[in-house]
Amino acid sequence: MPPPFTWIVAAARFLYHFIVGDDWTMAVAVFIGLVLSAILNANHLVAWWLIPVIVVAMLGISLRRASRKAR
Amino acid sequence: MTGLWAVLITTFLASAVEAIEMVTIVVGVGATRGWRSTIIGAASGFAVLAVTVLILGAALSVVPIGPLRLVIGALLLVFGLQWFRKGIMRVAARGLAGIGGSDPHGDAELWREPGMDWTAWFLAFKGVVLEGLEVAIIVVSFGAGANQLGGAVVGGVGAIVVVGAAGVALHNTVRRVPRSLLQLVVGILLTTFGTFWSLEGLGVSWPASDGAILGLLVLYVLTAVTYITMERNRALGLSPAA
Repeated sequence: MPPPFTWIVAAARFLYHFIVGDDWTMAVAVFIGLVLSAILNANHLVAWWLIPVIVVAMLGISLRRASRKAR
Repeated sequence: MTGLWAVLITTFLASAVEAIEMVTIVVGVGATRGWRSTIIGAASGFAVLAVTVLILGAALSVVPIGPLRLVIGALLLVFGLQWFRKGIMRVAARGLAGIGGSDPHGDAELWREPGMDWTAWFLAFKGVVLEGLEVAIIVVSFGAGANQLGGAVVGGVGAIVVVGAAGVALHNTVRRVPRSLLQLVVGILLTTFGTFWSLEGLGVSWPASDGAILGLLVLYVLTAVTYITMERNRALGLSPAA
């Protein structure tokens, strides 16, 4: 592969590893949570609670999945 | 004269809040990943900030901080969650091994390659740029509003210098903390600020305004303690995973 493509692939890999990391479901859940929070806020509904709830729930799910894999 | 001191003190205190967030991120990342790339990242952030302030000047008061907070907050949140999760798993597995000494497994996140650690660079860079930009906006808004730009600049720069010096003084203490625990603490901090900024960027109002950061911190610390206990019980077979 010529150098510019190698750099693009390397940068894309870095960004994926940096942003998404080991468990892509947590990143997707955060993204969906932010979209839902924006919708709640646009409709003048209380929206600050959703992301903390998603963080706590997704951590539990991800840890449970990791400990099952380790067995 | 009273107006000058009022602007100076107000700007100092308001900027100190932002500077504490900036220094917390830089010291946490430096202690966990290594200092070289973190310091270069922070310095790059200050350089970008200086150029931005010089070019935009008074126009800074109209910079759309909301979208910037949303993007940087969301990135910090997703990244912080990875460290939060890894920190829980490592502390659950090793406890506080390494406290007061060396942890043989605890340096997994420390960067040992000769090149740049772009993760540390990026985290320090965006922490400095976002918080520094907020300090600059505070300085310009207060300074221009009260017609005391000089006093506001002294207040803003003074806050960064004082809080930065406190961070430098504390970094040796932070080094003695086991890396697994440090990763958990930094993960909790990044997740806290990421949650707060990303929702602020969306225009969501937090109860108690900036005080919500403390509430989030307490919630995430309690979450960590609960999950560490559950992980340990699971490992001891006290509670089945399935």
